[in-house]
Amino acid sequence: MDPLIIKAIIVLIVFAITLLIATYSTYAERKVAAIMQDRVGPDRAGPMGLLQPLADAVKMFMKEEIIPSVSNKWLFILGPCIAMLTATMTGVVIPWGGPITIGETTFDLQITDLNIGILYLFGVVSLGVYGIMIGGWASNNKFSLLGAIRASSQMISYEIAMGFAIIALVMTTGTLSLKEIVLQQDAGFANVVYQPVGFVIFIICAFAETNRAPFDLPECETELIGGYHTEYSSMKLGFYLFAEYINMFISSAVIASFYFGGYNFPFQHELANALGMSANALSILQVVMFFGKIIFFIFLFMWVRWTIPRFRYDQLMNLGWKVLLPLSLANIFVTGIVMWAMGKL
Amino acid sequence: MSITQYIFWFLSFLALMSALMVVFSRNPVYSVLFLIVTFFAIAGHYILLSAQFLAAVHIIVYAGAIMVLFLYVIMMLNLNQDAEPKKKTYVRVIAVVAIGLMLITLVGALKGATVNTPELTRTAGVGTVETLGKVLFNQFLLPFEVSSILFLSAMVGAVYLSKKNLQ
Repeated sequence: MDPLIIKAIIVLIVFAITLLIATYSTYAERKVAAIMQDRVGPDRAGPMGLLQPLADAVKMFMKEEIIPSVSNKWLFILGPCIAMLTATMTGVVIPWGGPITIGETTFDLQITDLNIGILYLFGVVSLGVYGIMIGGWASNNKFSLLGAIRASSQMISYEIAMGFAIIALVMTTGTLSLKEIVLQQDAGFANVVYQPVGFVIFIICAFAETNRAPFDLPECETELIGGYHTEYSSMKLGFYLFAEYINMFISSAVIASFYFGGYNFPFQHELANALGMSANALSILQVVMFFGKIIFFIFLFMWVRWTIPRFRYDQLMNLGWKVLLPLSLANIFVTGIVMWAMGKL
Repeated sequence: MSITQYIFWFLSFLALMSALMVVFSRNPVYSVLFLIVTFFAIAGHYILLSAQFLAAVHIIVYAGAIMVLFLYVIMMLNLNQDAEPKKKTYVRVIAVVAIGLMLITLVGALKGATVNTPELTRTAGVGTVETLGKVLFNQFLLPFEVSSILFLSAMVGAVYLSKKNLQ
């Protein structure tokens, strides 16, 4: 087959899986919340409420769409578009599994392996804030604007610590390509062994970047109504909410690839040898393992949301600037010293 | 024309048009958004010159950080046409004359200049992080470190100025 067609198919599959997982994250979120609060959760639509996301989507589409007459119409529409676009763009560089060979051609289960993959990821994440800011400002509503300002200052603040955590990771791995990072973890240990502090900083920042509890300050019924999406209705609101779930999925995938070996799992080659599996079968098993890790991290996001109370806004800023930032700088420093002492520099 | 040339012309057109729109927009928020588009077009040019690292950093630093702060300030101040200060007529005339003189100077300066095309070494790894890092930390180590100290002092100055209780 033409490599271009294969790429197009992979793009479509990744896009579809991203949307599917994000859709069912909304269902999982309610079920997890229900279990933690000793409730039943959604159970009306379909068996065990499995068709609930479908019902939600229909509801979102069928609702009346209101664009406030005082708002800035074009920017009001642009806001959710950017939020959705940046959320789906991040899946490009993630390696989903080992290479698969069909006939003569071998192709990677990755849309593209950029040699600046981490920077690409970081750039797209830093653009995500525009969707929220533009949407909040274009609504021409004080609560929306305040919510947008909260969200964007939170995201800017935590991006810094996140960037420093990534720098320490790049120091130990010596590459910016996600594929190589994952391959290195096949040969050695998972990166979390070398970068435990970096992992903790990264995951806290990931929570803050996706505006998830305990950092979901942009939405606050008692202070800000709905935050930046107060004026949004129908599927535009749906896009904002959906973008959050996509971000959660991609963050989980990134955390798994950076720190937990990506699609690799312990003793995979021994297992493949013992069972006499072909390379393709191993690759498919790796994809399954990778999605297992991703689903675990999505569950972690929900677990934290329904366990830990949210921060106050000044506590959020203190944590970001006075704890995580110095900690991540110290992490870089210590990483450098240890690498120098081990003669790896 | 090859596809690279088409992309080049498209990016150049986009960069120039959005740069003009930055100046001509009446609404400052539109100006900021057009400036972001300009930065993207320039980042595209970097990629055409096979400097992917520079393109990524350009997006992260300018579009992702600096313009967010610009947008932030403009939204906070809520600048719009009503808030725009009205200049007196003679001030406007002076401004036009001054910019006209500047234009004449620029045209005069550029008329005598010769266009020399720099020799581009388009080897495969010219814009990668490895190459850039080696050049920065070997050939230009001192300027690189000095500029980082400059940034640090600027940051300290900004923090100091924003402190409320100055003694």
